[in-house]
Amino acid sequence: MSAADPALGTCPVPLAETEKVLLGHGSGGQLSTELLRDVVVPALGAAATETVPEDAALIGVDGLDLVISTDAFVVSPLFFPGGDIGVLAVHGTINDLAMMGATPLAMAVAYIIEEGFPVADLQRVTTSIGAAAAAAGVPVVTGDTKVVGRGAADGLFVTTTGIGRRLPEARVSAAFARPGDVVLLSGPIGAHGTTILSTREALGFEAEIASDTRPLHRLVAAMVADAKQDIHVMRDPTRGGVASALNEIAVASQAGIEIDEAAVPVPAPVAAACELLGLDPLHVANEGCLVAVVAPAAAEPLLATMRSSPEGPCAVRLGEVVGDHPGRVVMNTVMGGRRVVDMLVGEQLPRIC
Amino acid sequence: MKYVDEYRDPALARHLFAQIEAVTSRPWTLMEVCGGQTHTIVRQGIDELLPAGVRMIHGPGCPVCVTPLELIDKALAIAQREEVIFTSYGDMLRVPGTTTDLLALRARGADVRVVYSPLDAVRIAAERSDREVVFFAVGFETTAPANAMAVLRAHQLGLPNFSMLVSHVLVPPAMTAILDAPDCEVRGFLAAGHVCAVMGWTQYEPIARRYQVPIVVTGFEPLDLLEGILMAVRQLEEGRAEVENQYVRAVRRSGNTAAQDAIRRVFHIGDRAWRGIGTIPGSGLMLTEEFSRYDAELRFAVADLTAQEHPACIAGDILRGTRVPTECTAYGTLCTPRTPLGAPMVSTEGTCAAFYNAGRSRQPAILRPPVSATATRSR
Repeated sequence: MSAADPALGTCPVPLAETEKVLLGHGSGGQLSTELLRDVVVPALGAAATETVPEDAALIGVDGLDLVISTDAFVVSPLFFPGGDIGVLAVHGTINDLAMMGATPLAMAVAYIIEEGFPVADLQRVTTSIGAAAAAAGVPVVTGDTKVVGRGAADGLFVTTTGIGRRLPEARVSAAFARPGDVVLLSGPIGAHGTTILSTREALGFEAEIASDTRPLHRLVAAMVADAKQDIHVMRDPTRGGVASALNEIAVASQAGIEIDEAAVPVPAPVAAACELLGLDPLHVANEGCLVAVVAPAAAEPLLATMRSSPEGPCAVRLGEVVGDHPGRVVMNTVMGGRRVVDMLVGEQLPRIC
Repeated sequence: MKYVDEYRDPALARHLFAQIEAVTSRPWTLMEVCGGQTHTIVRQGIDELLPAGVRMIHGPGCPVCVTPLELIDKALAIAQREEVIFTSYGDMLRVPGTTTDLLALRARGADVRVVYSPLDAVRIAAERSDREVVFFAVGFETTAPANAMAVLRAHQLGLPNFSMLVSHVLVPPAMTAILDAPDCEVRGFLAAGHVCAVMGWTQYEPIARRYQVPIVVTGFEPLDLLEGILMAVRQLEEGRAEVENQYVRAVRRSGNTAAQDAIRRVFHIGDRAWRGIGTIPGSGLMLTEEFSRYDAELRFAVADLTAQEHPACIAGDILRGTRVPTECTAYGTLCTPRTPLGAPMVSTEGTCAAFYNAGRSRQPAILRPPVSATATRSR
């Protein structure tokens, strides 16, 4: 939005930080988009992908549709209700592959460990990785370990890379949403982000909320088997939340999206935490749900499929794709009003009161 | 969610909209004082669903927004110091000073931390006796008791390394300043419910009498606001100008006297500059002589720092309610939440940010709400 304003390019904008990377550049919101668009992609030059960069990429090899994805995990704290950095890394990479309609085949794991990190914690994280990978049926086939001096990292950083094979009937892209399509959401939102914030800041919601981290490739396989190419877009709304995922789809597809506030599934403890902290649940990170944009006729059967799977018992119809306001997401509020749902700008900052 | 969902019931809202429409016989302009109320109104699109005669002006009640530029610059000067851990509520971090903001300072190595309570800052001071811990004490009467408690706690613990950069402001003098302005269009107020939960509403009674304006102490949920609007319009239509309490579940006439005692013990009332409005006599809280050793302005010798606002920014007019963000030439172009020129674009409670985040586009004139609830608006 502001990116499209010509005035931004021509006038001196006093405080847009351009020399140093801010935490907000990693928020998954607008700053992240700008960093990719203005710094990373141009610097890669000819080596950069020609299409819109997504969380995973399709590469054709001798007639095989392979999908590759890589992801770095820096979550603090390393252990939180519902999971830890290891589980998150496995699920995150599996889900990035799954959102391209792929079956994950194998993954690689790399550690960057800070000097002095407890070996017991490393064991615990690695055990989690093993268990999560085994449960998902995705072997860990290679990896790397680096140790850096005290202060050069925060305990442990994990990078996972995954490779998968696209399901023959899957044809999904953020750019494939068209007017008339229905927007589905596989489950309640906001649990992961509020759990992390609450645990990190010791806010006392930990007892009630746990991260929703889970692998979604089986759900995706069931959905693709069911609706095939009637599934146009799939996204897991991680950093930046559902709002950012929907905005990315709206922009990439040059279509409008309308959602109903009453349909947005926010669990009560998440809603309470967000109320207290002044956060919008639509901006909060998730690790175990997906947004799907599907052809209208496929919507009801797909909802039934999602609801009968272990990953999507609370799946809902969130809204629809429209021809109006291309590139924007609009919400019909419970009061009967309307408002635009924007991308998260930078970091989520808790309000004063 | 209990105690929240009840106040967001669409059927009751429709009923209240209809009642407001039924009692309104001519145009009235009301001001909601608090930024939290503005947030709800704009996010839910309430102002655009009100009958055409009832216009809401958004008041100066966003603490982030009214904090003067020079105070932000003072915060930046203090936070830059090697020995300082600078603590603040989250939304102050992105407020632009003259050359930078606290988030950017943090990226450049300053120790700037978000806290959720001033007592967290006191705890850090107790743990880090080798560092100076400064808390940015911003806010209205709502946050003043907790900040007063933090000073008392630091005093009790004998912490020489704790101090506060104080920018506390008070609501009633700001309302008086708005009413005294020659171009004032406000005929009634929705007073800030949380401020009144602390202070009660006796201070508002002389204002209602003197200026003949209804003042309704109002909560923050959609139905609270609709009921508050209905009560204010009803008073106007009946020619009354009284203080009424819509927010009965939280507010008593005398307020929270223990909290008031804590405020009085630590702070005294003095003149305070408001960003965009200027100095309002008796509108701020400052540390008393007894606690002046906890004053960061004195400790770090930044009291004389001055600053100049960006020329394109009309934050003053926005905060006084004489213009709306969509009338500003910089709104949505030069000035966005990503690149805020003025404070109302910074906090999510700020009027400009509330407008921007709700996707309101620049319009030539003051917003005239559509009559029908189903009318679509231009974007």
